[in-house]
Parts: sequence; structure tokens; C-alpha cells
Amino acid sequence: MGNLFASTNSKVVGLFFSLIIFLFSFILSIVLGKTPITLQVAIDAFLNYDESVTEHIIITTSRLTRAVIAAVIGASLAIAGTLMQALTRNPLAAPDIFGINAGALFFIVFSATFFSVNSLVHYMWIAFIGAAVAAILVYFLGSIGHEGLSPIKIVLAGAAITALFVSFTQGLLVIDEQGIQSVLFWLAGSVAGRSMDMLLPVLPFIISGVLVALFLGKAINILMSGDDVAKSLGQNVILVKVMIGIVVVFLAGGSVAVAGSIGFIGLIVPHIVRGIIGTDYRWVIPFSALIGASLLLLADVAARFVIMPQEMPIGVMTAFLGTPFFIYIARRGLTRND
Amino acid sequence: MTKFISVRSKSGSISCQLNKKTLYIFTILFLFSLLIFVISLSVGSSHIHPLAVIKHLFGYGSGEYDFTINTLRLPRVLLAFLVGSALGVSGLILQGIVRNPLASPDIIGITGGASVGAVIFIVYFVGAISIKLMPLAALLGATIVSIIVYSLSWKKGVTPIRLVLIGIGVAAAANAIVTMFIVLSDTFATTRAYLWLTGSLYGANLQDVLSMLPWVLIFIPVSLLFSRTMDVKELGDDVALGLGVNVQLQRLLLLFISVSLAGAAVAFAGGIGFVGLIAPHIARMLAGRSFAGLVPTSALIGGIIVMVADIVARTAFLPLDIPAGVFTSGIGAPFFIYLLYRNRNM
Repeated sequence: MGNLFASTNSKVVGLFFSLIIFLFSFILSIVLGKTPITLQVAIDAFLNYDESVTEHIIITTSRLTRAVIAAVIGASLAIAGTLMQALTRNPLAAPDIFGINAGALFFIVFSATFFSVNSLVHYMWIAFIGAAVAAILVYFLGSIGHEGLSPIKIVLAGAAITALFVSFTQGLLVIDEQGIQSVLFWLAGSVAGRSMDMLLPVLPFIISGVLVALFLGKAINILMSGDDVAKSLGQNVILVKVMIGIVVVFLAGGSVAVAGSIGFIGLIVPHIVRGIIGTDYRWVIPFSALIGASLLLLADVAARFVIMPQEMPIGVMTAFLGTPFFIYIARRGLTRND
Repeated sequence: MTKFISVRSKSGSISCQLNKKTLYIFTILFLFSLLIFVISLSVGSSHIHPLAVIKHLFGYGSGEYDFTINTLRLPRVLLAFLVGSALGVSGLILQGIVRNPLASPDIIGITGGASVGAVIFIVYFVGAISIKLMPLAALLGATIVSIIVYSLSWKKGVTPIRLVLIGIGVAAAANAIVTMFIVLSDTFATTRAYLWLTGSLYGANLQDVLSMLPWVLIFIPVSLLFSRTMDVKELGDDVALGLGVNVQLQRLLLLFISVSLAGAAVAFAGGIGFVGLIAPHIARMLAGRSFAGLVPTSALIGGIIVMVADIVARTAFLPLDIPAGVFTSGIGAPFFIYLLYRNRNM
């Protein structure tokens, strides 16, 4: 499939297609739901907003925000996953599998329980710190030993750190029974019922993360040819790796602060993208952003219908989508010679 | 006098070699666990003098502690010990099968499966059916998930690495299912489910102890029958195959024992984490590498860890009763990181 979009022109066309898929998913997310809305009404809601029309209110107060948040989070998680898979050369790398989501989540629940933090800006910084702590721990644990960073070791380290933070979080929730309901949505991951105010403080970090990621494409291409080759080509390997790490923390930590722990988007999307357009990271990263946004939008639409009249938490939806994928990769093997 | 004692059945199918040092270690650990046992019975919201506890246990007490010790503390302490030893041996077997020190029942999805069973039970059946059947639901969940993990890992045989990776994936799916049921349930069930998920020995009664006992008494001795296989497997699957071990069949049987032990432990005490991970590590530091020596050592160490964690859980934040699982994770995880760091060049 890698040859399908081999030339630059075809990649531009491909990117255009992804953009259309993204817009289509975005519109679906606005019109479909418990109250179905026709496209005409949806357009009216933006052009001639009328407060007396219920559908217009639904769109502006809930659906639009929800779609924007899903798109931003989907894109962030997909880019974070892409960068992590490149950095660790591991097809199973993703923010949730390597414990970054669990770390950010634990730090949020911890500060909410003991320091009564409830400002969104604080949550965001706490999520960044949690994400960074987990990322460093997992990278360190996965690298110790004489063979250095091995794919299986880092996956196990990620699972162990996830188990650690999850059990700490559960312990806190048992101590603080009242707290459970207020943080439950973070645990399950959700893009519903958020106001734009929750996204705004995080948005500058996510946007700069995405921009830096786009500029890193070329450097990642060089890095993928091996540390030694990259060094001899004059690349400051450490700097590139640290930059990737910081971008991952901003994107993954920011996502958790806004929408809680949403798994598997970061795992699936890079594989789909690399399967379609190959391994040129200057292209993989923008494609991942669009496909990630579309996938989370569609997952969110599906979450509204599977157990009508209730809504499925979106983290559960993505887990159901992602587990078969995870198992497929695990069966195929982590390295070529497995 | 040699350093080793050899035990061998007539046909040679069961055979192991024990280092004499292991026997000393075992004796010391046994005495230590008795000490913890007595301390465990004496501390709590009302303190009882250790000598009074011992008197009471031997039947010379005045009867004033009948309720506190017999009804409240004894079942809880015994259950803690049984659960810990089951988890310790389960982790030991699993790490042996996978030949990786990072494997444990909580990581490869056994605990996750049990959680799904238990949470479905808490959300839908508590009230309708007696809560006493919950361990059965958890055990059923653990078994089903283990079968799923094992069959998905099958591709002309099961390799250890594939087993672990698939286990991690399935564990993530199990967590998602648990989250789904919790989000969809009411507050009461949510709190109850979290208490169980974290792993707590709160409210253990004699019935629980009696139900847990057969699992430990049957499966831990049975695992000793596999000493020869496990010692050979240390050398790698290829060597084991060359020495005439039916690798796939033995692995399936060992996995079955490991799941039964972990499943039963999780069923009665919830997700007490990291015991299955660290107990075998400590055992290997103390008792060398012979599987026959490691089984009882891991069992004792696992039992001691959970008893100590439960003492801390009951007394540290009086009158609050914190789930013991928080402390096993809190002590277990940093210790685990230290172990990994210490053994980085081995």
C-alpha cells in the first residue's frame, strides 16, 4: 500500500482527501445525536442564529464545542502516538499504553483530593507534570539493562507504570468518596459536556506542540535511520529526542486535562497512516492529525448511539476499536525478526 | 556433607535440588510471618497485648477478646496471608513461564478479567443474589479472560512475549469494560466497585478463609510437581525442548495453576497489586534459583507483604480503613523500580 501515494503530488491529493473525510466527520458530529438535526438547520444556526429554535441552541451550546474538542484531542493524541512510535521505534507505543495518560490522571485526582485544586489552568499544569513524570519513568525503566531500550521491556515498563498510577488513583477515590463522581468523567475519558473554556487554556500548548511536530518531520526521518547515522549526518540527536519528548508531554498531558484518558487513538492512527502513505514523517504527521481528528469524531458519534438513551464514555468506545488492533500488532511481532 | 539436598521420585519425573541455605531462609521467614501474624492480631482500633493474643490463641484467654480476635481480626489476617501467598506463587510461575521479571497477574490481564466479573456482579446482581457468590463471578471472569489471552496468543504455539503483549492489550480492554459499567452505575455501586478494585480485606469472614484455603492448599503443592520443568525452562525453550520437556503442554498447565491462584486471590480480596510482581523477586534474592525452594519462599513473602500492608491500611489513618492494595502498590512499585535498577547489568 506504501506505493499508493508514493509521489508528492499524490500525497497532496491524499491530504486533500483526508481533509474532506475530516470535514465530513465534523459535520456528522454536529448533525447526528439524540436530537437529529438536518444539515440545512445546522447551516442556519451559524448564518442566521435564532434563539427560539431549539436545534440552534443545541448546536451552539453543545454539539459545536463537542466536535471542536474531539477534533483537537484526536489530532493531539494521534500526533503524540506517531512521535512516540518513532522515538521508541516501537509499534505499540502510545500515550495510554506507556502510562502517560494514567500518570497525568493520577496527578489530577491527587491534587483535586488533597489540595482542592479546581482551576482549569492548574489542572492543565498538573497534567503536564504527571505526563512528564510517567514518560520519564517509563523511558528510564525501559532503557536500563545491558541491551538498552528494547521494545518488549518498554511495553512492560509502560504496563507496570500504568498499573501503579491506576491503583493509586483508585485508592484515592476510595478515600474520597465524594470526589468520585466529580472525577469520574476524567477516568472514562469524555468529550461531552465540556465548555470551550476548558479547551482554551490548553489550546496554545497543543497548537505549538502540533506546529513543532510538523517542523520535526525532517529531523525524525533522519533519526529513524539510526542514532549513529543521524549523528554522523550532523544531527543533534539528544536535542531532537528531548523536543519530541516535550511535544508528547504537551499533547498527551493537554488531552488528558481536557478530556480525560482516551486510549488507542495514539496507537491506531500512526499505523493506518504509515500503511497508506509510507514512512516519510514530513507527511505522516499532518496525515495523522487529520485521521486522528476524524477517528475520534466518528467514535464520539458512535458513542451516542450504541447504548441509547445513555451515552457510552468515548474512552470505552476507542478501547473497543483499538483492542483488536493492538492484538493484531502484538501477534505480528514487535520487531522484524520476531 | 553437601550443600544440597536432592529430592527425586522413583521415575525421576519429579525431581528437585534444595540448597540447605534455602531451608534456613524458609525457617526464618516462617518465624517472621508468625511474628507478623501475632502483631497483626494485636494492633487495630483497640490494642491487645501480644502476650494476651498468644494466650488467647492457645485457648488460655479469658474470653474477653473473643469478638475482636475471632470474629474481626483472625479471618482478616488469615485471608491476607492466603491471598498474599497465592499471588506470590502465581507471579513466580508466570515470571518463570515468560522468563521475564516484569510479568505478573495484574499486568497480563488476569486481574482485569476478575475485575470485569466482579464489577458486573456488583452493578447488576448485588441485592438479587447473595454477595457471597461474588468471588465466583471474579474467578469466572479471570478464567474467561485467560482463555481469551491464551488463544489469541496461539500462532503455531505460544511464545512468552506474545502472551505478555496480548495480555496487556486484553487488560486494557478489560479496564475499559470496567470503566463502562462503573460510569453507567449509580453512586453506591461505584463506591463499592472502587473499594473492591483497589483490593481490600475489609469485612473478611471465616467463610472467606475456608473458601480460599483449598485453592492455596491444592495449587501451591501441585506447582511443586513442576520443579523439574521450571528449572529446565530457565535455560530457554529450546534447551527445555531438547531435554525432553513438552514445552507447550507444560506451559498451559503452569498457566492454569497461575491463573487459578491469582484468580482466587483476586476474587476474595480484589486487585491487590504488585505482590505477584515483587514477592518472587525478593524470593530469588534470598533463596537462589531452584524452583522447589522458590515456591514456599515466594508464598511466605507474599503472605507477609499482604499482612503488613493490611496492618498499615487498618491503623495508619484510624478510623479510616484504607484498601491494602494502595499500600502494596505504594511500597511495591518503588521497590520494583529499585530492583530493576539494581539488576540492570544482570
